[in-house]
Amino acid sequence: MSAQTDRSATSGRQSADAAEGMTVVARTQAEIIRRRFFRHRAAMAGLVTLLFVIVLAYSSIGVGPIPGWWDKTYMSTASVLDGGRPTLSLVPGFLGGDGIRLGEHPFGQDNVGIDYFALVMRGTQQSLTVAFLIGFVSTVIGATVGATSGYFRGRTEAVLMRFTDVMIAIPVLVFAAILAAAAGRAGIVALGVAIGAVTWTGLARLVRGEFLSLREKEFVEAARAAGTRSTRIIFKHIMPNTVGVIIVSATLAIAAGILLETALSYLDLGVRAPDVSLGSLISRYETAMQTRPWLFWWPGVFIVAIALSVNFIGDGLRDAFDPRQTRVRD
Amino acid sequence: MAAFMVRRLVISVFTLLAASFIVFWGTSIAGDPMSDLRGIQDEGDAQQQIDARSRRMRLGDPIFVRYLAWLGALLTGDLGENKFGQSVSGILGPAVSATMQLVVAATVLAIVLGVTIGIVSALRQYSGFDYSLTFAAFLFFSLPVFWVAVMLKQYAAIDFNNWLRDPEIAVPVIVVLGLVSGLAWMAIVGGDRQRRLTSFGVAAVVTALGLWALSASGWFTDPGLGLIAVVILSLGGAVGATFLLAGFRYRQPLTAALVTAGIGIVFYLFSEPVLEDPNWLMILLLAVIAVGVGLVVGRYVGGIHRRQAMPAAALSAFFTGGVIFIDYLLQAYSTYLSRVRGRPISTIGAGTPNFQGDFWESGLDSIGHLILPTTALLLISFAVYTRYSRASMLEVMNQDYVRTARSKGLTERTVVTKHAFRNALIPITTLMAFDFGAVIGGAVITERVFGWQGMGHMFIKGLQEVDPPPVMAFFLVAGGSIVVFNMLADIAYAYLDPRIRVG
Repeated sequence: MSAQTDRSATSGRQSADAAEGMTVVARTQAEIIRRRFFRHRAAMAGLVTLLFVIVLAYSSIGVGPIPGWWDKTYMSTASVLDGGRPTLSLVPGFLGGDGIRLGEHPFGQDNVGIDYFALVMRGTQQSLTVAFLIGFVSTVIGATVGATSGYFRGRTEAVLMRFTDVMIAIPVLVFAAILAAAAGRAGIVALGVAIGAVTWTGLARLVRGEFLSLREKEFVEAARAAGTRSTRIIFKHIMPNTVGVIIVSATLAIAAGILLETALSYLDLGVRAPDVSLGSLISRYETAMQTRPWLFWWPGVFIVAIALSVNFIGDGLRDAFDPRQTRVRD
Repeated sequence: MAAFMVRRLVISVFTLLAASFIVFWGTSIAGDPMSDLRGIQDEGDAQQQIDARSRRMRLGDPIFVRYLAWLGALLTGDLGENKFGQSVSGILGPAVSATMQLVVAATVLAIVLGVTIGIVSALRQYSGFDYSLTFAAFLFFSLPVFWVAVMLKQYAAIDFNNWLRDPEIAVPVIVVLGLVSGLAWMAIVGGDRQRRLTSFGVAAVVTALGLWALSASGWFTDPGLGLIAVVILSLGGAVGATFLLAGFRYRQPLTAALVTAGIGIVFYLFSEPVLEDPNWLMILLLAVIAVGVGLVVGRYVGGIHRRQAMPAAALSAFFTGGVIFIDYLLQAYSTYLSRVRGRPISTIGAGTPNFQGDFWESGLDSIGHLILPTTALLLISFAVYTRYSRASMLEVMNQDYVRTARSKGLTERTVVTKHAFRNALIPITTLMAFDFGAVIGGAVITERVFGWQGMGHMFIKGLQEVDPPPVMAFFLVAGGSIVVFNMLADIAYAYLDPRIRVG
């Protein structure tokens, strides 16, 4: 509210400055952050890559009953053409290549003739879904636990933080494997929720730290003096000030989530057959490394592309929210 | 301090207890422990086995009662038996030693390499080296361990072993490696344009010539250092140790370090009877003696500068010892190579089955088996350590006391090694405890790829068979070491940083 008044006041001044040949543009905090983020080249490259992968995965083979633009499915077999070699070509004709084309089976075929492009797209869909679920669940739990323990202190804090310590004593991969062993059978949503339920500890500690310092600030005291309920103070007054920490952590949780899910699926504890994820594809075709290396390469390339772009987005967000941590020289 | 430590210990024990119950409960509900018996044709036989296993696993009792029974047995030192009736302690012993080799090797290497490179990267902030390293760290963060491990198995083991049959480095590869090394050194050394170009040229030419010489002389079929290389490396190590710990302003530290290296070389000439077939205790003893000799030489040669000379000479002695150790390992290489039919890099297990050899040969055997899983495990921890030590070093270098140290006229070397480096290491202690859990998790995956019969294998198998005792044994070692490391980190932090109040 006050920002808007400031703005109209400055825009009056701005026209006066403009007359003198100086342009001063007033920006809100959100605008500054957005601008810093969009200027971060690595983060932009990451964002474009991630969006491309998402659109490709969901539009190509479609979602559920909705068909996509790719004419083959990830379950139907066909006769194996040319030993199942990939037909994708990215070298244009004038450089001596075959020209840019997808061909019949851009990522090749496996030994029973399933189109590998469709299969990898299916795996990407499942892995992305689980990764975003992990990010969502772990952020919600972490932020809530951190906020509650940081705001109320005393016994609530002691209980919640001791509980967090217990969670930390179990290695994340081990804890996730144990829960996924039971949840993986119940489908990918249960899997995502289960993994999210063990990866929130770092965020909880960060948010608690922020709340511990913010709860002593005057504006919180003012809200409390006005008789505001605790839930409202937590969510309306303090939480918006920690949004930077939370968003950055959420992004990094997604990157860690896709690595964790694929690792578990590789160990046959995550997404189970007949369904596939990028991890279970690598596990399934690990032994084909000698004869059909592309069956091993494609899923890995997609995991790295997703994880790397999400990590770069996270880095850009961190720089945008906290200019002191900038990696790029000003 | 004592009260703080006792309280910390009590809390740790309760944390571990609660966590162990969660693991027990999670494993118990993970599936059907009888699934392997359901397929048996003879129904009477199947029912009999199911009943027997049900009694052994106490499936009639509630999970909490089973947990208490397990805990009670644990207090008497009994880890229980798995669902087939084998004793878990018998399986745990060899598994722990295999996994600990892997985890310790990866952690130590990650700390040494990660912290060193992170600090160099901080000192050369915004250089090409710094940017490439940042990108590499991001890439390593985003690599799935199992994918890298499978790739290493293919390219670093199978293809490398094939290459060893006729080891020759092609000329383009030599040129590229030389250029890469030149670029890296140029960025690390820094300075003005002339200095950068000189370091680029020297590094590129030296690397290319060195690789060409190694390739042409057939070094890869029968590697070794020999007297000349040992002398050069030891003296170079002495100069390097002096540069790091004392600087060249005064003569005495350098003399002390060189004299120590000389003593080491003389020892090397007459070391054959001692180092023919030693054991680890002897190697440890020799390392201690070497450092002791270094300290004594530093004390007497160093004179008035002995406080700089002693550590420099000790480090030089340690380095010379390391060079001699590597030389002996390489001397055993050709025998070892013929015994493993020319394929030294192994992809399966923690050791060649039924391998009998002297100390150096079995040492090479362990290295050949450890090298790939360790590399796979190393990448992520390495990225974490470089990022943290870089950030921590940058923070310290901007502190007021560093400016004070500079304005007193201290050399940049003293400012970095004596004033900044030590304080930059403090936050790393916390990271070590935190990272250890991640490495254990990574070990579970790497063991699976490389077919190690370690703790990770025990855990995965136990979990898939819904068999709590092996999983609990794994957790006791893994969770126990994480809790202990966390506790040690807390205590170390409180000790290193006086601003932390204790009590």
